[in-house]
Amino acid sequence: MTLTATHELAIDIGGMPILVRTDSAQFAALLEDRYGSFIHAPSSDGIFSLDVELIPARTIEEDEDVSVRLESGSWIMTRGDFRAEWDPRTGHGWVRQSANPYSIDGVLRILHSLLLAREGGFLVHAASAVRNGRAFLFAGVSGAGKTTLSRLAPPDAEVLTDEISYLRPCPSGYEAFGTPFAGELARIGANLRAPLAAIYLLVQGPENRIETVEPAEAARAVLRNILFFAHDEELVGLVFKSVFDFVARVPVQRLIFTPDARVWELVV
Amino acid sequence: MATYVARSKQVAARMLGGEMMIMSPRDTTLFNLNEVGSAIWKFADGQTPLHEIVERLCAEFDVAPEVARQDAEAFIQEMAEHGIMQVSDRPIAAIANEAPPQEPK
Repeated sequence: MTLTATHELAIDIGGMPILVRTDSAQFAALLEDRYGSFIHAPSSDGIFSLDVELIPARTIEEDEDVSVRLESGSWIMTRGDFRAEWDPRTGHGWVRQSANPYSIDGVLRILHSLLLAREGGFLVHAASAVRNGRAFLFAGVSGAGKTTLSRLAPPDAEVLTDEISYLRPCPSGYEAFGTPFAGELARIGANLRAPLAAIYLLVQGPENRIETVEPAEAARAVLRNILFFAHDEELVGLVFKSVFDFVARVPVQRLIFTPDARVWELVV
Repeated sequence: MATYVARSKQVAARMLGGEMMIMSPRDTTLFNLNEVGSAIWKFADGQTPLHEIVERLCAEFDVAPEVARQDAEAFIQEMAEHGIMQVSDRPIAAIANEAPPQEPK
């Protein structure tokens, strides 16, 4: 593919900057607006890059699911609104999409899930926040209360995301990173990282309390909240193993809460 | 004709807290196997005929042969649909040896 790449932006999520190139000043401005503090000036040491080819918008069928498959060593990613290819051997790829922020957001989520799987990390359906220098995750499906908890966060807590949390192993355990992947809060997370203190499985109830969770239930719950895009045997096996390593090292507890700010008294 | 079942080689499986958890690589469906399912999983070596697996289940779980057979067949069918088990009318290792080499991932 030949592109006249005149605009370059590094979108740095999880300490893994991806250099995005586009020949559209308007699209570059849209990305700057969308990714805010996650945009860095391009540097020469960027190892991942994406060329964006803009095409006219078309009607999208809502039931067009995402597909991620490995073909001849490259990841082929398709959804109704984009087609992308990524070669993990070179770290380079391209996206064909219309000028909207949602398509590239989908591609970035997939790419990071692929990159993280090789490192023992993963993306998980969870809100996360940093308090007193430590990160806490709140996992649950839609409606479990991720956005509610994020809205109730006290001033001394920085919300990393209300929708998709980003976890990478580190020598002392795991680190949580802020992400621009927002849910109903419609606000990108703080671009911070912090050692992970605990993950809470959200359950709404009549009072605020924390319950212990058995390791098998913890593993099941985390697995059910992981973002799996690629139904690839090797990758699924890697993430599966990572989750068991994770629950052996990080406290997983059930947070039963009523939707008011007092729940944060338990998160310290 | 005998039926043979085998655990698929690439399947992610882990025993934790007495529970066997298996994830389908095909669609990432997560299965928690009960004691009987875990036993079938253990016996599904591709060499033991299904009727012998059923006999072992009857001995281990005090269940009627017909019930054990029906349960085992339903379980194996579901596992096979998710790419978690293979079913054949011949011992499975022999089939694996005949299979063409897979493209490396």
